[in-house]
Amino acid sequence: MDRLSRARSGLREMDALAAGGSPIHRLHPLSKLLVTVLYIVTVTSFPKYELSGLTVMVLYPVLLLQISQIPVSHCFYRLRFVLPLVCAVGLANPFLDRAVLLTLGRIPVTGGVVSMVTLMMKGTFSLLASFVLIAATPIDQLCAALRSIHVPGILATLLLLTYRYIGLMLGEAAAMAQAYQLRAPNQRGLHISAWGSFLGQLLLRSMDRAEELYGSMLLRGFHGEFFYVDVPRLKAADLVYTAACAAAFFCARRFNIPSLLGSLFVR
Amino acid sequence: MIEFQNVSYAYEGTRPVVDGLSFTIREGEAVGLIGANGAGKSTVLKLLVGLISGTGQIQVDNLPVNRQNLPSIRQKTGFVLQDSDNQMFMPTVYEDMMFGPRNYGLSMEEAEQRVDAVLDRLGLRELKHRYNHKISGGEKRMAAIAAILAMEPKVILMDEPSTALDPVNRRTVINTINSLGQTKLIASHDLDMILDTCRRVILLSHGKIAADGQTEDILRDKALLEANRLELPLCLQGPPRPI
Repeated sequence: MDRLSRARSGLREMDALAAGGSPIHRLHPLSKLLVTVLYIVTVTSFPKYELSGLTVMVLYPVLLLQISQIPVSHCFYRLRFVLPLVCAVGLANPFLDRAVLLTLGRIPVTGGVVSMVTLMMKGTFSLLASFVLIAATPIDQLCAALRSIHVPGILATLLLLTYRYIGLMLGEAAAMAQAYQLRAPNQRGLHISAWGSFLGQLLLRSMDRAEELYGSMLLRGFHGEFFYVDVPRLKAADLVYTAACAAAFFCARRFNIPSLLGSLFVR
Repeated sequence: MIEFQNVSYAYEGTRPVVDGLSFTIREGEAVGLIGANGAGKSTVLKLLVGLISGTGQIQVDNLPVNRQNLPSIRQKTGFVLQDSDNQMFMPTVYEDMMFGPRNYGLSMEEAEQRVDAVLDRLGLRELKHRYNHKISGGEKRMAAIAAILAMEPKVILMDEPSTALDPVNRRTVINTINSLGQTKLIASHDLDMILDTCRRVILLSHGKIAADGQTEDILRDKALLEANRLELPLCLQGPPRPI
């Protein structure tokens, strides 16, 4: 299977994951969205040297991955291109901040190293939480949640259709690449001379399909606003989940829990 | 129910695809629209629902096809596209079937009742929560028809409904079409299917009507069909020649 087909089936895998039946999947999308936003805000608000306080925040994505039965390997596989980029953000810090902050045994650890690790952890945790949100919530439900907090309909529809359109374009590109490879069996990938016509054809074919799809939507009464049908109702459990997570995040941010736990054993 | 009066349409910079077309279809009639590639069959269907607009007068259920009437006309008209992948754009069959009724103002409960009723009627219950990308071509075509029926249209338009179907699925689609009491306009190259589903045929050639009459009369007329780049339906071609 070529890369384009793999990318397309990757999208479908995400859809299949999002349709799971775990307790996390059953939560109201708005609740999951709010908690994720709250989590990211909390994580990013940690000071740059508060490494120990931040470590406890790993529990949220780890627990969610476990409860929602999303394979951890799958999660890291999907994020394999983004994670290094996020981690690269703080690479310059050790050179900019050389003040020694602590020593591990005899090894001095500078503020730059600590802030780099903190930045990496913040990025990784935020990405993991976002991934779990997407993997445990169908895109329609996410858009419905956005609408329920009065995000303009056009933005929610744009998000939904963009997601769908990516699949459509990948499908067209995969079909074209397959047709190309069948007539160029000794080539690896697409020859540079064919790039222009390939992209042009891809654009035209995608536009044709998009127009057909849009026509089909218009014929069934679409007038710019989606009616989301599979959205669960807001239950007491959703409110409890949101409140409990908010309280936990507040505690994690307010108190250095690893340090408190450590003080129980070390004087 | 459907009336075309001197309708013409040309794509930019080309000769007319539909050229001065006039015909009337009565309520409950099943009409086959046949013709060679480029004869204008799909264009006629698109004109009818206002996806494109040409010159002349088109009426559906006594409503002229114009911008103002398009919502009402589209509510009365179900269009089954040639490529079901272009029609079934929601993730699951259920969501796709709910799309039309919900857009036309039905409550969740009413829409769901309709969807269930249509699925039961067509024997497609097990498809309800299946993903569109995980069902076969035949199932997808049936689901596309079901999605249209969930809108309870008065007129059903079908563009090549039997394309890319195996014999069993093709027969299922034919039986389904025959079980529908609505006015039907079916554009197809599959003349055997037209013979099985329509009592009247309009033969198009270069955007004009080459013949309009009883299906049996037109589809048995070998000279007429061959003059318009078609062949007798397989079932009327006699016994197969020995190999």
